[in-house]
Amino acid sequence: MALNREDIVHIAKLARLALSEDEIARYQTELSKILDYIGELQKVDTTEVEATAQVTGLTNRVANDVVVPVDDDTRQRLVDAFPEREGDYLKVKTVFE
Amino acid sequence: MAELSTLDATKTAEGLASKTFTSVEVTQCYLDRIAQLNPRLNAYLTVSPETALSEAKAADERLAKGERGALLGVPIAVKDILMTLGIRTTAASKMLEHYQPSFDATAIKKLRAAGAVILGKTNLDEFAHGASTENSAYGTTKNPWDTTRVPGGSSGGSAAAVAADLCAAAIGTDTGGSIRHPAAFCGIVGLKPSYGRISRSGLLSMTSSTDVIGPMTKTVADAASLLFTMAGEDSLDQTTAPGTLSPEEFSAALSKKDLSGVTIGVPRSFINDGLLPGVAERFEASLEALKSIGATIVDIELPHAKYGIAAYYVITPSEISSNLARFDGIRYGHQSKTAKSLFDVYAQSRGEGLGPEVKRRIMLGTYALSAGYYDAYYKTAQKVRTVIVKELDAALTTCDLIATPTAPHVAFQIGKQSDDPLKMYLEDVFMSPASLAGLPAISVPMDFVASEDGVEMPTGLQLIGRRFDEAMVLGTAHLFEQHSDRIDRRPNLS
Repeated sequence: MALNREDIVHIAKLARLALSEDEIARYQTELSKILDYIGELQKVDTTEVEATAQVTGLTNRVANDVVVPVDDDTRQRLVDAFPEREGDYLKVKTVFE
Repeated sequence: MAELSTLDATKTAEGLASKTFTSVEVTQCYLDRIAQLNPRLNAYLTVSPETALSEAKAADERLAKGERGALLGVPIAVKDILMTLGIRTTAASKMLEHYQPSFDATAIKKLRAAGAVILGKTNLDEFAHGASTENSAYGTTKNPWDTTRVPGGSSGGSAAAVAADLCAAAIGTDTGGSIRHPAAFCGIVGLKPSYGRISRSGLLSMTSSTDVIGPMTKTVADAASLLFTMAGEDSLDQTTAPGTLSPEEFSAALSKKDLSGVTIGVPRSFINDGLLPGVAERFEASLEALKSIGATIVDIELPHAKYGIAAYYVITPSEISSNLARFDGIRYGHQSKTAKSLFDVYAQSRGEGLGPEVKRRIMLGTYALSAGYYDAYYKTAQKVRTVIVKELDAALTTCDLIATPTAPHVAFQIGKQSDDPLKMYLEDVFMSPASLAGLPAISVPMDFVASEDGVEMPTGLQLIGRRFDEAMVLGTAHLFEQHSDRIDRRPNLS
């Protein structure tokens, strides 16, 4: 499975990854090679096989729909981790142009 | 008191209980040794002397009041992908260089409650993506047995720290082999518990469907006591198994005198390709040792196990591409200084903060999940996974354990494989099937083997058990440990 430059640029955009020209060229070669190897999977007969969704056998584990309070220290640590803030508010760039 | 560092966790706890030494003394001994050796090995990314000594002091107070515990006052190391309050958590990524967690992982909470002393955080492949620790943004960890070689990965820092006596025991994580692989390369014990045995809350998610936390230790008995401390259902992780481990079942397993009645299956056609001759020899000798203590060895067939890596390298990047979407420069971690728009904050922060292998996996996963390719890649891989899971489960109805070498060869030279991502992925060949199926598996040291260039390096025996049957895995490994012909030696780091 050979990927071209446009494929790589498109995937990078979907993944929200800024790549350099070097990286684009490199991933084009490397990902194509890895996808070739993954092509091995086509050799397995999977007709009538269910896709695995989980391996524990547990079903419908629901949590109570209640708010779990967070103590002030934990709250402060979360706020302190913000890269950009105004007071205790998280600051982001304009969402709508 | 340098000899204190050679004690395993159990013997350290015994020494503390008998007041032969204090937790502050043994902690200080490790801190001194880390200061001396870590510049050479790069096993720890962060050492935390102040918090460690204050935890040691608290443990000594509990001991003085008569409290006893398998980990009370015992100094351990933690892979830097588990959230630790008060100690930065980087995942070996520039993205999280200065990140201070807001809470403790559940496993850490339990270890702290048991009185374990956290010395610091160990190196890994960035976000646990790798099998050599070379993908760390902070430099490769060196293998203590030969510092020109990798320690394996991704939990290479924890493995090196245990092997070099820089802690009494360590915690690692395993998604497709990341505990077992470095354990084999560094000659220590590494247990990957069943999926769902230990809460993943506070573990930075990589592949949520196979990620597990587990012990990396000097002995199997230590692995059992660390597993015991960390295991259990957790409301913060809905995939944890209900119920607790039975202490009676475990002490019975660890006090077994022989392996009569235990059948071990060997998937010969799966493992025979590409084994280093010395590893094949050690593996046969290990099977003989198991036989001599009563085990029945039978040949089994796992015709689809060879597809494990291909399935794993679709499923893993796919889950990574969504799990790592959270590192977008908005709420925590690195934020690009030059971004002008919201899109650029995401793209540039990620472009600048994430390393080459992480980006490679995000790209691969995004592609596998993208419109038009989902069925061909992701869904096919999950179907092949079902085939592999059923095959392993069926094999484990005819035998109690499956044995393979942990890795087909010994630790390789630093830089030797880093230019070939696919070759690095194939490192996990014997380990990925158990991960895909959520089965418990251990790597326990076999004897040393001469590498291609004549250097004697450790090897590991992998034992895979039935889901949630860690007792069988640990019990058998414990007996093997006592009956293998492995010579006890320590790396020469003087």
